[in-house]
Amino acid sequence: MNWGWRLDDLVADFIAETREGLEALDSELVRFEQQPGDPATLGGIFRLIHTIKGTCGFLGLVRLQTVAHAAENVLGAFRDGVLPVTPVAVSAVLETVDLIRSLTDALGATASEPEGDDSALIARLEGLLEATPPVAADAPAAAARSQGDGDARRLIDRLGGDATLDAAAEAAVGRLPSDGVIGPLFRNADADRLQAAIRESLGALARKMERGRAFATALAGFVDKPLTGAEAEGVFALVAEALGALDISDAAIDQLAMLVDCEPAGAAGSAPDPRAAATPDAVVTPDPAAPATAAPLRGDAPSPKGEGETSGPAQTIRVSVDALEHLMTVVSELVLIRNQLIQTLRLEPESPFAAPLNRLNQVTSELQEGVMTTRMQPISGAWAKLPRLVRDLAQDLGKSIDLVMVGQDTELDRQVLELIKDPLTHMIRNAADHGLETPAERAAAGKPETGRITLQARHEGGAIVIEISDDGRGLPAEKLRAKAVAAGILTPVQAEQMSDLEARQLIFLPGLSTAAEVTSVSGRGVGMDVVRTNIEKIGGAIELASVEGRGACFTIRIPLTLTIVSALIVECCGERFAMPQSSLVELVSASDGSGRTIEYIDGVAVLRLRDRLLPLVSLQTLLGLEPAGEPPAETCIIVARVGAFTFGVIVDRVFDTEEIVVKPVASVLRHLKLYSGATILGDGSVILILDLKGISVETGAGQGAAGVADGDDAEEAGKRQAMSALLVFRAANDTLKAAPLASVSRIEEVAADQIEWIDGRSVIQYRGRLMPIIGPDAAAANAWDGPEQRPLLVFTRDDRSVGLLVNEIVDIVESVVETDMTAAGAGALGGLIIGGVATELIDVSYYWSRAFPDEDAGAGGVADPPAAPVVEARETASSADPTGRRRLLLVDQSPFSQLLLRPLLAQAGYEVIVAEDPVAALGLYDAGEEFQLIMADTSSPENARQLAVTLNRAAGWHKTPLLSLAIHNTMTTGAAGGMAHSTLLDAVSGALGELRGAA
Amino acid sequence: MSIRVENSLVATDSSDGLVSIRVGAQTFGVPVLSVQDVISETPINRVPLAPPEVAGSLNLRGRIVTAVDMRRRLGMEPRAPDDRSMSVIVEHGGELYALVVDDVGDVLWLEPAEHEPGPVTLSSEWRAVCTGLYRLENELLLVLNIAQVLMLTGHSTLAA
Repeated sequence: MNWGWRLDDLVADFIAETREGLEALDSELVRFEQQPGDPATLGGIFRLIHTIKGTCGFLGLVRLQTVAHAAENVLGAFRDGVLPVTPVAVSAVLETVDLIRSLTDALGATASEPEGDDSALIARLEGLLEATPPVAADAPAAAARSQGDGDARRLIDRLGGDATLDAAAEAAVGRLPSDGVIGPLFRNADADRLQAAIRESLGALARKMERGRAFATALAGFVDKPLTGAEAEGVFALVAEALGALDISDAAIDQLAMLVDCEPAGAAGSAPDPRAAATPDAVVTPDPAAPATAAPLRGDAPSPKGEGETSGPAQTIRVSVDALEHLMTVVSELVLIRNQLIQTLRLEPESPFAAPLNRLNQVTSELQEGVMTTRMQPISGAWAKLPRLVRDLAQDLGKSIDLVMVGQDTELDRQVLELIKDPLTHMIRNAADHGLETPAERAAAGKPETGRITLQARHEGGAIVIEISDDGRGLPAEKLRAKAVAAGILTPVQAEQMSDLEARQLIFLPGLSTAAEVTSVSGRGVGMDVVRTNIEKIGGAIELASVEGRGACFTIRIPLTLTIVSALIVECCGERFAMPQSSLVELVSASDGSGRTIEYIDGVAVLRLRDRLLPLVSLQTLLGLEPAGEPPAETCIIVARVGAFTFGVIVDRVFDTEEIVVKPVASVLRHLKLYSGATILGDGSVILILDLKGISVETGAGQGAAGVADGDDAEEAGKRQAMSALLVFRAANDTLKAAPLASVSRIEEVAADQIEWIDGRSVIQYRGRLMPIIGPDAAAANAWDGPEQRPLLVFTRDDRSVGLLVNEIVDIVESVVETDMTAAGAGALGGLIIGGVATELIDVSYYWSRAFPDEDAGAGGVADPPAAPVVEARETASSADPTGRRRLLLVDQSPFSQLLLRPLLAQAGYEVIVAEDPVAALGLYDAGEEFQLIMADTSSPENARQLAVTLNRAAGWHKTPLLSLAIHNTMTTGAAGGMAHSTLLDAVSGALGELRGAA
Repeated sequence: MSIRVENSLVATDSSDGLVSIRVGAQTFGVPVLSVQDVISETPINRVPLAPPEVAGSLNLRGRIVTAVDMRRRLGMEPRAPDDRSMSVIVEHGGELYALVVDDVGDVLWLEPAEHEPGPVTLSSEWRAVCTGLYRLENELLLVLNIAQVLMLTGHSTLAA
């Protein structure tokens, strides 16, 4: 019989069970501290410790057993209400739990209990017990000091131990016969046995420090009829006398007397109930300086959860992680083979294999799902240690912190769970240390003294979203800027120009810590960059939102599974690649027919997509591929989003979405940031999985997120001709008109019968909404005879659109605009000569106001930047409230830009004054004009220099923010340097907002 | 082309087992215990931006194998498009690699005593990947060190 093996097995089991139990203990103890009156919680804790103690004893693990026993005693005292639940007491028990944990770990590592001396801890635990009165109703304070002789030993020791008890019992038994009252009761008793019974029962009572009937019960076994209370007490009196004669202190004897309950069973018990004597803080131990109270711990289902929690047989078994991993791998292989089979089957639908293969297909899918489920665990596993952490932090930092956890049952992949434990811990520490203020500070700020940290988890799409938010002081943008400059990461100029939103993102850079001193709690500023890297390594993303003074919120988004993902298969130059679905937003095609073209700003391709400019990157260029054969008629653009950066990837073809098994990239290829893995398709070919984050970096993400027009990149370009793209069309009477292409968001075709009339206005149904349309003469559009369709130019601003019905689209031209202002009429910005023909340039804003006559003039067309967190948007919106019309100075010579920019800004509620050049601007300054914002074209070095020199002289304007525009751009651009309306308006309101903030 | 083996065909405990391969005009030997498989011409999927020696990836019974073009690795002229090729599958660092060569011959069992150091006239790059040579009847066989062969630093191809 191989006992060695058996025992090892037992020890291994013990370690595993104990570890689980200890994890639960942390949370349970913290919860118990908040709700000491909850018997269920305490019961659970008691059972856990008790089990540990028992098993230790069985396995002969002495040190563990002793320590567990001491803790169990304290818990028992809690349970009996003898010991009040104070932070000191709970801390001592928590320390014990830690000790047990480290001993268990050591046991696991070395297969034997480590040597060590725990007497200090044990003494503390017992000290807690000693200080409490076993019963005290009539003399609380005195009872607290009942160890009045200054003896701090345990009662049993002070009674002289079993030996003395034995002697006293012997003496008492010896004197029984001479006592007339009780002597006769025991005449048939066996003296030796009686003596032993007395000794043991009193010894047990003394050790347990619990008032009990052990003594009376023991005596009852020796008499013929039931023993009365008085009779039992009489026996005890004899024992007490004997103890006195043996030089045992009176205090000890009194204490023992109080433990002995002589009432017969069922009696009301006249003795004062020790439970009722809950003397507050009778614990005589040094109180730590921290005044902290760890505020209630709350989860989804506040305690008590009810008996249903702990009752019921365990429906789980323990499986080794390796076995599961192996299973996962094998199932992945099966999925690949299934894919290959299905692929083959597609080519031969009539094959006899079809039916069984289809069933195989279904079964494999089910198996895959089932195995995936085994890997899913509730996130509470990662949150288990956090309540204890927060409690300890609160104590250490002298703060009051409330931790709220929502969505504990949200499940995620085991691997992911492991990987987020550390980042979460780090962020909680940060929130507690840097985020939350001390109670005094909070009170001064008008906040409740208890700070709150909220952890929330939920599923969204194929990902799990975890939010960590606090209501503390938020992230200080100014401090972060200063730190970055001090650390040499930013130049002062860059820091100046950086918006608050961007400044807060600095926290993700290595080496930045705004803590005044590095505390032992949160450590050096190496945290958030590592956190972000780790999260991104598993394909997740982290975002941050914060309002200074109100708090901060970090949002982590992680794909649910790492191994099998949905991916879009694309082709470029004959080679296929996979793009993970989770980062993809939409597919767009850009071809001549779709009215959407790729435009170039300074050689960089961009696409205009619903009023946003999307930077584009060509997969062909990125990967250095050579075109194979004819270029396709349509270019497919895949819009992807990584973090807050949205961009488009140009590919040749798009196939379908497939579930693919992600295999790691070969080590020799690991340095290639563009690939995140490889997979085998159904037809057996090996294709690479593109890493969208890597691609985004190539596309220029994070290189100074553009707060200003994207055209800023063109600043270093030399002087350019002011060419603009114009859409030329034929209006009524075949007159030629032109509109700036930049303002046209779409060109559609409509039939006459699509026009409907509502309230005297003509509308059509467009994209699920009613869109007003107007004719080229700016009146309501009229239906025409005939079946043919007519072109409709759609202008969009924010989420409103208006359609301009024209007769015919003639051309899109690039033209150097020579405006003839005299030809301007209502609804026109001027007349142009295009290709030798007089063409009227329409004023889009005029048409706009005709279509929406009730639109507020001063509403301020501020669009919410979609990627910005709600918090930021609120800030922007509030600063856009016009308390007075804001005056903007626009310094630019190009009449065309003036004609386009000015109406646009005026529409948004600003007052715009135009100066042709810096000299004219200076003239305005001399005339005493004041502006809230100065906008100027600085695309050419000459312009910029002139402007700088001039503005230098305008001392009174030095505080006015300057918004740089690159209006004059190259090649094909829309008007205003390819700026989308909303981008410009955002920039303006942003610049003005900064001013408000500074003021 | 196959290699006629004059040595004893019986492996003795002290023999060096080598799989003979031909790359260009030169014969090399790969320790037999490192070789997992030998396969004939298999479609290889290109990996854009990979180091020049990496021909791409191939699918071997569901496992992704990185293909290393030995001609490139040893700085020889690339194969002509219609030349045949074979691959020797080796494992290294937990990953599978396919050494794409012109031909694969027999397994040779050679006496370690006859293992000579490489000639000093060997280019430094070849010396890095070869641990020595054996004199065969008609030619020299250079013994390859797989770990060194797979040490691709992405530098430009070696001049032959």
